[in-house]
Amino acid sequence: MSIASTRYATLDAGRNYWGLLAVLAGVVLAGFAGFLHLEHEGHWITGMNNQVVWGIPHVFAVFLIVAASGALNVASIASVFGQVAYKPLARLSGLLAAALLSGGLAILVLDLGRPDRLIVAMTYYNFKSIFAWNIFLYTGLLAVIAVYLFVLFQPALARWTRAAGIMALLWRLILTTGTGAIFGFLVARQGYDAAIMAPLFIIMSFSFGTAVFLLVLAAACRGSGRVLGDALLFRLKNLLAVFVSAVLYFVLAYHLTNLYATEHHGFEAFILNFESLYSKLFWLGQVGLGSLLPLALFYSPKTRNCRVSTLVGASLVIIGGLIQMYVIIIGGQAYPLVLFPGMEESSSFYDGVVASYVPSFWEFLLGITGVGIGLILTVAGLGALDILPEDLSDPKPAS
Amino acid sequence: MSLGLTRREFLQGAGAAGALTLAPGVFLYAKDPEAPVTDAVRWGLLVDTRLCQEDCNACVDACNEEHNLQDLGRPETDAQWIRKLTVRDPLGGRTISLPMMCQHCENPPCVDVCPTGASFRREDGIVLVDKHTCIGCRYCMMACPYKARSFIHENLTEQLPDAPRGKGCVESCTLCVHKVDAGENTTACAEACHKDGHQAILFGDLNDPDSEISKRIREFGATQIRADLGLNTGVRYQNL
Ligand code: SF4
Ligand code: SF4
Repeated sequence: MSIASTRYATLDAGRNYWGLLAVLAGVVLAGFAGFLHLEHEGHWITGMNNQVVWGIPHVFAVFLIVAASGALNVASIASVFGQVAYKPLARLSGLLAAALLSGGLAILVLDLGRPDRLIVAMTYYNFKSIFAWNIFLYTGLLAVIAVYLFVLFQPALARWTRAAGIMALLWRLILTTGTGAIFGFLVARQGYDAAIMAPLFIIMSFSFGTAVFLLVLAAACRGSGRVLGDALLFRLKNLLAVFVSAVLYFVLAYHLTNLYATEHHGFEAFILNFESLYSKLFWLGQVGLGSLLPLALFYSPKTRNCRVSTLVGASLVIIGGLIQMYVIIIGGQAYPLVLFPGMEESSSFYDGVVASYVPSFWEFLLGITGVGIGLILTVAGLGALDILPEDLSDPKPAS
Repeated sequence: MSLGLTRREFLQGAGAAGALTLAPGVFLYAKDPEAPVTDAVRWGLLVDTRLCQEDCNACVDACNEEHNLQDLGRPETDAQWIRKLTVRDPLGGRTISLPMMCQHCENPPCVDVCPTGASFRREDGIVLVDKHTCIGCRYCMMACPYKARSFIHENLTEQLPDAPRGKGCVESCTLCVHKVDAGENTTACAEACHKDGHQAILFGDLNDPDSEISKRIREFGATQIRADLGLNTGVRYQNL
C-alpha cells in the first residue's frame, strides 16, 4: 500500500452515525450539568478531601492525556520511522491524539476549585512550576498535531511529513515526561519521589494509547462497513503486546529500586502486601487483569490469531491502565506523609493513618465527560474530514 | 511580591475576594502601610514541645476564632490551619505533643509548583496564597511536606475582613499576617498559648540576633521538621 494510492473518505453520516453523536452529546451535556452542580456546591459533594486532593477526575484526566500522547505512536512509526503499513493510519492517529488530549484537559479544568479563573491560569505563569510548563506542553501539542495533520492532508507538502512527524514525536515525549514529572517532583511523598516516574509514564503512554487506537480503529471500520485486515490488526496487537510487557518491566524496576531503600519499605508494603485496597487493585487489577491476562491473550497460540481476543485484550489494557492510574494517584496520596520518620503520629487531621477516599458519582461523571469529549471529537472528525482510508483490507498476495 | 502588587493592593484585593466588599483603608496599620515588606526581617515561630501540653488545644481554638474557621462537621474536608500532633516513639514510648502548621519555608515547594504564582513568599518570610489568582488546582497541597494546607470545599459565609477566604481556593496559616502588618508582633496561637500559661509558642524575628526567639535558638538550639528536605523552615521546634 503506498501512500499515494491510499484513498480516504469521511464516515457516512447515516442514522447510526448521528445516533452515536447524539448519545455522546448526551453524555457531555449530562457531564456539564454535573459540573455546574459541583461548581455551585463546592467539592464537598465529591469524595475528595484535604487528604486525597486529587481523585477520580484526575485518574481519568491523566489517563486520557497519557493515552493521547501514545495514540500518536502510529503517526510516529509511519512518518518518522517510515513504516509503510502504518502510513494510511497516520491521520487517525493525529486526530485521536488531539481528541483524547482535549478530553483530558477538559476534566482538569472542570475540576478546578475556580474554573471561572481559567483566564488567570492562561495569563499568569510561574515558570518554576512543572504544572505551568504542562499547560504549554498540552496546548502546544494540539498546535503541533494541527500542523502535522495539515501537512498530511496536502499532497504538495508530502516532503515535510517527516519533519512534522519528528516535531510531534519529540513534543509528545517531552509532554509525557512532563506529566510524569508532576508526580516525580513531589519529593515529600513516599510514593512519588522517583526519577523513574517520567520514563514509566512514557511507556505507559505507548501502551494505553495503542490500546485506545486499536479499539477506535476497529470500531470505526466496523461502523462504516470497512474491512480491517487481519495483518494490520495483529500488527497493532503485537506492538501493543511489547508495550504492555515494557510497562510491566518498568513497574517492576520501580518497586525493586524502592525496596532497596529502607525508607520506602512502608509505602512498598502498602502497595505490595495485598492487604490494602490499593495493593489488591495493584495485583489483581493492574498486574493481573491489565497486564498478564492481555499478554496471555496476545501471545498464547490459541488466541493470538483471534480478532475478538485482540479486542478484549486491548480493552483490558485500558481498564488496567485506569486502575494503574488509580493506584499511582490515589494510593500515593492515601499513604500518610511521614513527618517524623520512625515515630507514630496522630492528630485530628489524619496524620499517620491511611486516608480514606470514597469517590462519588459526581467525580465519575466528570471523568466520563472527558471520555465523551474525546470520543465526540473523534467521531465528528471522522465524519467531517477524510481521515479513515477507504480500504484497510490485507494486501492481496501477488499471484 | 508576586504579580507586582504592593502589599496594600494585595490585602485590599484579597479582602474583596472573600465575598466581603472592603473599602480601601479598612485595614488599620500601626506603621506606614506603604512601607515595603523587606527581607531585613524574617518572621518565625519557636515551639518548645516540653512546654506544650497534650490535652491543650488553645492555639488551635484561637486560630479558628481569629480567622473564623468553622467546624462544619465534616472533618475530612474542614479547614485546619493548625493542628495538634501527637508523636510517639515506639522505642520506649516517649510521647510529645506539638502544634503543626505551615512552616513558612524559605524554599517552599508549594510556591515552586503553583502554576499561577498564587502561592508566594513575602520578603519577610511569610508564605501566603493570593486568593485572586488561586485557581484551586491543589497542586500545592500535593507538594507541601507538612500537610499544612486546606482546600475550601463549600460556600463560606461570615468571613472576617482580616481573613479573606472562599470556596474553591486553598489556604493555610498566614502567620497572622494582619497582626504582623499592624505591628502587633504576635500571632493568635502564640498569644493564646501564653495566656494559658504554657508559653510553648514564641513569635519573633529570626533575623534579629537580639530578638527573644533568636536568643533562645542560639542558646538551646532548635530543629526543623523534615530538615532533610532542605526547606529552611521559619517554624522551629525544641525538644523534639
Ligand atoms: S509548610 Fe507547606 S504550605 Fe507552608 S510554606 Fe512550606 S510547603 Fe508551603
Ligand atoms: S491551589 Fe491555588 S495556590 Fe495551590 S497550586 Fe493551585 S493555584 Fe497555586
